Amino acid sequence: MAKQYKAVGEEAWKNIEKANAELFIFTYGSLVVQLVKDYEDYGAVNKQLDKMGYNIGVRMADDILARTGLERCPDFHATAEVISKVGFKVFLNITPTITGWSTDSKEFSLILDDNPLNDFCELPPKAVQDGLWYSNILCGVIRGALEMMQMQVEVHFVRDVLRGDDTSEIRVKLVRLLDEEVPAGDD
Amino acid sequence: MIHSVFIINRSGGLTYNKNYTQQVAQLTSNEALIFAGTFHGIHALASRISPALKGSAARDLGIQTIDTKGFRLHCFQTPTGIKFIAVADLMHASLADVLSKAYRLYCDYALKNPFYNLEMPIRSDMFDAMLLELVQEN
Repeated sequence: MAKQYKAVGEEAWKNIEKANAELFIFTYGSLVVQLVKDYEDYGAVNKQLDKMGYNIGVRMADDILARTGLERCPDFHATAEVISKVGFKVFLNITPTITGWSTDSKEFSLILDDNPLNDFCELPPKAVQDGLWYSNILCGVIRGALEMMQMQVEVHFVRDVLRGDDTSEIRVKLVRLLDEEVPAGDD
Repeated sequence: MIHSVFIINRSGGLTYNKNYTQQVAQLTSNEALIFAGTFHGIHALASRISPALKGSAARDLGIQTIDTKGFRLHCFQTPTGIKFIAVADLMHASLADVLSKAYRLYCDYALKNPFYNLEMPIRSDMFDAMLLELVQEN
């Protein structure tokens, strides 16, 4: 099954329009810089990045489904595979490794070996100290996209190379499945 | 020949409707809203009473076509719950691929518009134009 998602991801990546990577990376960097200037509190910046990512993620789910024609995943393992091999591949051209499965299969980690957003970026010591997660937008994106697929998840960074750790790691935890709404009786 | 297209959001509200020929009845906006809500309801009922196995691949168990003497109504439901409906003449057996293309257009021209609020009616000239092109090709 992993092979099939990998092929789907590669196929979609081939057909999608590409943008200039540096433009994207620098735009994101200046966005974070501006947020830091405006909020002056790194915790608030993290929250705002997560919120922005959420708004992106809810739209991204449909985008991926339209491009690949994928159906719903049979279990959370497949969901993780799709996020890594299709989602991240199509939008960032990276495939994070999936590890750290909990015993009840409700939590996993995505290890990002090379996060393109981190290129050209250095965090000032104060940012590291106060807990800024530079790529926190990615957490919001995953949260938004999965919510569109009726899964409520908690996503947060655990490690980040910009803070001196050896790799970047995002932890995804399934909180609950959202039941589909039965159509309301009247508008 | 496709007569009209409807897009229904996940809660059953009408997001988009457009008539492409004069032959089909011109619905008032109220009638169109009622149509959307009714269809959403019967689509949900159809998937509930379906005898097919409920499982991983059993997502789109709802109505796919409705046949009448004069026309055929096609419905394509995305895994996120959005329904794309096309009313066409009896020439087409299945418009699922056209509706998937319409799904792509929805993603590109409605979702990528930052001013578009999800689940709200779509007001986008580009979306109208591209969809018209798609309809005219068929």
